Amino acid sequence: MDPRMTESSPAPAIELKGISKAFGPVQANKDISIRVMPGTIHGIIGENGAGKSTLMSILYGFYKADSGEIRVNGNLKSITDSQAAIAAGIGMVFQHFKLVQNFTVLENVILGAEDGAMLRPSLDKARGELKRLAEDYELQVDPDALIENLSVGHQQRVEILKALYRQADILILDEPTGVLTPAEADHLFRILEGLRREGKTIILITHKLREIMEITDTVSVMRRGEMTATVKTAETSPEQLAELMVGRKVLLRVDKAPATPGAPILEIENLRHVDAHGVERLKGISLTVRKGEILGLAGVSGNGQSELLHVLGGMTNATGTIRVKGQEIDLTGKHSDGQSRRARGIAHVPEDRHHEGLILDYTAWENTIFGYHRDPEIQSGPFMNNAAIKAEAQAKMDRYDVRPPNPNLAAKNFSGGNQQKIVLAREIESDPDILLIGQPTRGVDIGAIEFIHQQIVALRDAGKAILLVSVELDEIFSLSDRIAVMFDGQIMGARLPSETNQTELGLLMAGVTEMPDKPIIEAVTEQMAAKAQREAARHD
Amino acid sequence: MDKMPAWADAVLVPLISILIAAVLSALVIAALGMNPFEAFQLMVEGALMKSSGWGYTLYYATNFIFTGLAVAVAFHARMFNIGGEGQAQIGGLGVALACLFIPWPHWSLALIAATLAAALFGAAWAYIPAILQAKRGSHIVITTIMFNFIAAALINYVLVNLLRPAGAMEPATATFPAATSLPTFQQMFSTSETVLFRGSPANITFFIAVAACIGVWLLIWRTRLGYELRAFGFSETGAKYAGISPVKITVVSMLISGALAGLMAINATMGEAERLVLNASEGAGFIGIAVALMGRSHPVGVFLAALLFGFLYQGGAELAFWANIPRELVTVIQALVILFTGALDNLVRWPLERAFLAFRPKGAQ
Repeated sequence: MDPRMTESSPAPAIELKGISKAFGPVQANKDISIRVMPGTIHGIIGENGAGKSTLMSILYGFYKADSGEIRVNGNLKSITDSQAAIAAGIGMVFQHFKLVQNFTVLENVILGAEDGAMLRPSLDKARGELKRLAEDYELQVDPDALIENLSVGHQQRVEILKALYRQADILILDEPTGVLTPAEADHLFRILEGLRREGKTIILITHKLREIMEITDTVSVMRRGEMTATVKTAETSPEQLAELMVGRKVLLRVDKAPATPGAPILEIENLRHVDAHGVERLKGISLTVRKGEILGLAGVSGNGQSELLHVLGGMTNATGTIRVKGQEIDLTGKHSDGQSRRARGIAHVPEDRHHEGLILDYTAWENTIFGYHRDPEIQSGPFMNNAAIKAEAQAKMDRYDVRPPNPNLAAKNFSGGNQQKIVLAREIESDPDILLIGQPTRGVDIGAIEFIHQQIVALRDAGKAILLVSVELDEIFSLSDRIAVMFDGQIMGARLPSETNQTELGLLMAGVTEMPDKPIIEAVTEQMAAKAQREAARHD
Repeated sequence: MDKMPAWADAVLVPLISILIAAVLSALVIAALGMNPFEAFQLMVEGALMKSSGWGYTLYYATNFIFTGLAVAVAFHARMFNIGGEGQAQIGGLGVALACLFIPWPHWSLALIAATLAAALFGAAWAYIPAILQAKRGSHIVITTIMFNFIAAALINYVLVNLLRPAGAMEPATATFPAATSLPTFQQMFSTSETVLFRGSPANITFFIAVAACIGVWLLIWRTRLGYELRAFGFSETGAKYAGISPVKITVVSMLISGALAGLMAINATMGEAERLVLNASEGAGFIGIAVALMGRSHPVGVFLAALLFGFLYQGGAELAFWANIPRELVTVIQALVILFTGALDNLVRWPLERAFLAFRPKGAQ
């Protein structure tokens, strides 16, 4: 018997000792040790590329560690694949769900865990088990509903149910709130608290400091493949965690003076867009952005924000009216492409910098003119003046603190934050009247977030109009001078940050415009499910 | 970080591929009871050790430079132009028309006209698949293959029914007028004492091919069009973001590609045969794919790869002529080189990448 079992404190549910894992020259995990006590919620926080996902993949059997050992409830385990992880009582809820869209909830739950060749007995058993789990943990889902008709929040519950059905005692959740409305996220946390009460152990991987502070008992911070600290949540602060993540002090607040909005620069009226599948993605959007103001567009991803940016950036057609400084612009035809938009003073930092904002295989200097490459100033005769472009790129990279400041390096070799700085430098220095900026800090390290936010505010103070799209409500709150909320292709309302709160915005993000007389989560869930069903119906 | 240095990707991978192909070829030759070293010696002597051998090697290489560049330019825009064969044959039709029906006073004028005609006809033949891809989404690989067959059938029809001289038994045009005859290397480089490149078909077109290499390099890496073309090849959504029209780039890249493939005809049809015959491209359009793959779609690489394939063609012919080696074996050797340098590229690349990663100095990321 393990001697530790006799001690007063129980053995850790999970104990990792000296885990190391290298991919070629990249040391993804360096000598990581961690103890997760049973019946607790343990947060793991760190920036992109800090090694969180690698560590969890080792625990779930996707990767084999180069060295180190894994103990589950005090017993040494060799977790070679996900089957072994499940057998050891470990369940995983991935960021991108692994569900069969046109199967029912019940069918998804038993998938891979059928008891025999005939499905009926397994389905009946699962139905009973699901009913029990639903009552115990507030995990209500209609067992006969098709996955494609469920809201994202409910799909996530199915993933949790799948793990629990396989008798998981230890649940790993990877960035679980990324796709949820605030109300749904709150409900998820209630479910997690219920699970903790029943003695389950939960590992929560996230990059959101607020979630760590709200729900975890202990938190481990990772930086560059190393575990830099494990602290009790009650004894730490967001500032301290941020410092541990980045390795230096960071300003979490954005310092900005009140806005002094001027004349309307960007006026959008009754904008409609139908996508290639015939689904209407923008259903009559009307918005105005003024000189010297940041209009934040909040919403859960997939509610038309991307399409709105694409229309404004000239990447797709639409109907309706858009005026720039009072002048109407073309929404279809030859003069509606990205070049025409730039000519009208619209700069665009797209949401997807890997596929849109940058050509990853191009060098940094080639990327600093991307979209502006027809500018006559950078041509010399029939050729492009590469030497001048490179020199200018070097100067831009110095001004925007892009590291490493090497213009000959391919864009794919920069970190997310530095890639974003290259895009920002290009778009801001084109001296636009309007800056469209989508998910400015997605996949960007905290250190760079501070810098990027400062640049956006500085541009506003220089009298430009800024349309900010972000799924991070915190970001919307800290940057915006005005907040509009988008749901299902429509604007649900606009508020001043000082006159609203996360709850109200959260409701708007779910399409609920008035304070409901029933519990908030029910109202939100209804709306989200209705939207999922509408979309599934349109796809058929 | 890149998995291995650029020089290893450009030099080491093709070199090792060729070595593997050479070793396998040697095994095949040995299995047939012949000495592979003698065979190799025959190839080298026949293709590289005398100027007439070089004359053939460079003649073949000229064809492959054009078709290789054609595939390479399209590759940069992520278009897979398999239609070089058909475009070269239709280019040949353009050359024949330019040479047969206009009385040229001097070969240089004829060459300019033939060059334009070859490029124009080749580009026109590529235009239809290009516009089908750009506007209708018909896959360029499928349509260009089909257009190879259509081109062959069309040339057949034109030769048999329209351009065949009265009374001739062969599906070919009349021999071009003497004034259109291009200077061969023999005429250009022989002195009164020594005759160089005796009887070999290499001609002035080789220098047009070299110029085409430089032109393609400038186009791809120094012009706005090249910038847009590569950007489109790397990321179509990225191109859309930048306001680069996918339709325009698809069509323009294929037009340039078709024109380059068509230019091959000035070498084969005007420079060598001096009349248009059936199947004048002799598979060079397909060799161009291997040449572009092996040359990493870079003009310098294409030039070197074209030389290698020129050597294989000429050396292979020598082998069939002097040694008791069946003609088919030469094709096997060529196929092995194509297989390893083109299709099985990753066979060499992946282990090499791992080797580079393993021996990278610690701390470098």
